[in-house]
Amino acid sequence: MNSKKTPPNSDMKADTAGQQRSGLNREIQSKIGQQLRAMYDDVVQEGVPDRFADLLKRLDKPSEEGPK
Amino acid sequence: MKLDPALRDQILAAVPSLRAFAISLSGNVDRADDLVQETMLRALANIHSFQPGTNMSAWLFTILRNLFRSEYRKRRREVEDADGSFAESLKSHPEQLGRVEFQEFRAALAQLPPEQREALILVGASGFSYEEAADICDCAVGTIKSRVNRARSRLAKLLAIDNPEDFGPDRATRAVLMGHDN
Repeated sequence: MNSKKTPPNSDMKADTAGQQRSGLNREIQSKIGQQLRAMYDDVVQEGVPDRFADLLKRLDKPSEEGPK
Repeated sequence: MKLDPALRDQILAAVPSLRAFAISLSGNVDRADDLVQETMLRALANIHSFQPGTNMSAWLFTILRNLFRSEYRKRRREVEDADGSFAESLKSHPEQLGRVEFQEFRAALAQLPPEQREALILVGASGFSYEEAADICDCAVGTIKSRVNRARSRLAKLLAIDNPEDFGPDRATRAVLMGHDN
């Protein structure tokens, strides 16, 4: 990742308040990342619903065998 | 149609992540599953254009994303269901997070412009590189980076304002406290 040239966000006019905020901001950012992945992984963990496994099976073997 | 078993396995393996992406985009489980189904149909119909050895998952994400975009453009004229449905439509929530906290997070995510939301999810949750995300969204790598950054700072603002006690007193409160104590 070579993001040296682009500042991480637009409010980079750092002053003391800005520095205090960036500590706060880091904390919020790690929380955001955590929640985003938790939300996403929650769905991923459901695996492949039968609906999609069946669909693929049906399409893979066109009606030679007839419908189940 | 006879599908190469290796390709079939790759498609199946991508389904859980495709669903997570579709739900994050549309905020609605039923609509998301329809999107995934349509993506699979489209992928199978065009499987000859998939280059073996390249990233199947990225290819499927691209299809799903394009389907969602064209559907979104159509629907936007009918109903604009910005924040409400997204937060309400998901039944489950991860065990490790508080319910309230998680609902607030989803509501905040739903307030992001779609381009920022998809960029953030692809990079921050699906685990794609900036380059892969740029391919999927058909834009420059720099565009993806700036979308992800804007998404993050917008979310931070939304969550910090909603939830100041979670992250310490805000600046105004701090100023008042300091004024009184010193």
